[in-house]
Amino acid sequence: MSAADTTEKPRDAAHGTIEVSIWRGRDEGRYETFRVPMRESQTVLDIVTHVQRHLDPTLAYRFACRVGVCGSCAMTVNGRPRWTCRTHVSKVVENGRIEIGPLANLPVIKDLAADMSPFFEKWQEAKGAFTPSKTREADIEPISPETRERKIIDAAIECINCGVCFAACDTVRWNEDYMGPAALNRAWTLVNDVRDAGNAARVHAVAQGGGCHACHTHQSCEQHCPVGLNPTASIAGLKRRTMQAFIRGELE
Amino acid sequence: MNVRLYVLQRATALLMVPLILGHLAIIFYATRQGLTAADIFGRTKGSIGWAAYYAVFVIAASVHGAIGLRAILREWGGLTGRALDLAMWAFGLVLLVLGLRAVYAVVV
Ligand code: SF4
Ligand code: SF4
Ligand code: FES
Repeated sequence: MSAADTTEKPRDAAHGTIEVSIWRGRDEGRYETFRVPMRESQTVLDIVTHVQRHLDPTLAYRFACRVGVCGSCAMTVNGRPRWTCRTHVSKVVENGRIEIGPLANLPVIKDLAADMSPFFEKWQEAKGAFTPSKTREADIEPISPETRERKIIDAAIECINCGVCFAACDTVRWNEDYMGPAALNRAWTLVNDVRDAGNAARVHAVAQGGGCHACHTHQSCEQHCPVGLNPTASIAGLKRRTMQAFIRGELE
Repeated sequence: MNVRLYVLQRATALLMVPLILGHLAIIFYATRQGLTAADIFGRTKGSIGWAAYYAVFVIAASVHGAIGLRAILREWGGLTGRALDLAMWAFGLVLLVLGLRAVYAVVV
């Protein structure tokens, strides 16, 4: 059944069903098939929610905002990592079928809920936390949106921590030391933050074995990032910055 | 790959670009002119210029190739730590010895 000819029907009416395969279990498991009514403007998250509310209440998955802000609903949809709350079924359905699994490159807690711990541990490794250079008593530092640094930050700051890029990156899959696109993208925003006092340690951290130089510039992260960020460009920036630091003898 | 290996690999790549182009030009020239082995040896034997050209080439290729192989072994071979660095050094040294031996054979 195609998703196209739906305009005449009432907004909520089901028009046919879709065959949905959903991963059940942990790292060991299998795909289980359900039939879910198709609706207009239905998202992949709507499908998962339908299965859990009407077909199998034991299905585990994760979401919060449903509007593409919180970054908690990412899953593998027909082989690609996506934010499921903003992914329309009509865009991804293939031959009336859809396969939904947990996010790749992460351990599975249960069913569609991946364990995000490694993702956030890498974030810490890349020194992704702001290091203040002033105390709370100091005045707020005005930052002009026109400065070069702030423009670089603007291009990279809107990360929602969804882990889609982490799941899309082959280097993450091959090299468990690799910090991954999101953590390095975050490090790049802080490297350009004139208020941050932690950049010596940060540049040192991302110049190590699992840091920015492990990136192969595949641009898979950029291809998949749902908010349109370009971690590859941020990582290229870190490569330049660490190279300068290395040549000036500022590392080690 | 850390920043040191990255810089070394990029630097040797940069160094090899003109060397490779020169090397290809030399091959074309030698075959077009129908130079015999004796002709070639006649020009290379005792030449400090040719010795330097190919010695630099061999060193750059050994460093570049060993670092590249290290990345492949890390990602596709699952090698880590000391074993990984040993493999890199071993491969690099083999390339270096084989290459320098060949340079020695044509210039000395
Ligand atoms: S560009 Fe780098 S971070 Fe992005 S997918 Fe490729 S290897 Fe991973
Ligand atoms: S960079 Fe993009 S894909 Fe990666 S975690 Fe942030 S928002 Fe998600
Ligand atoms: S549920 Fe918040 S981003 Fe999808």
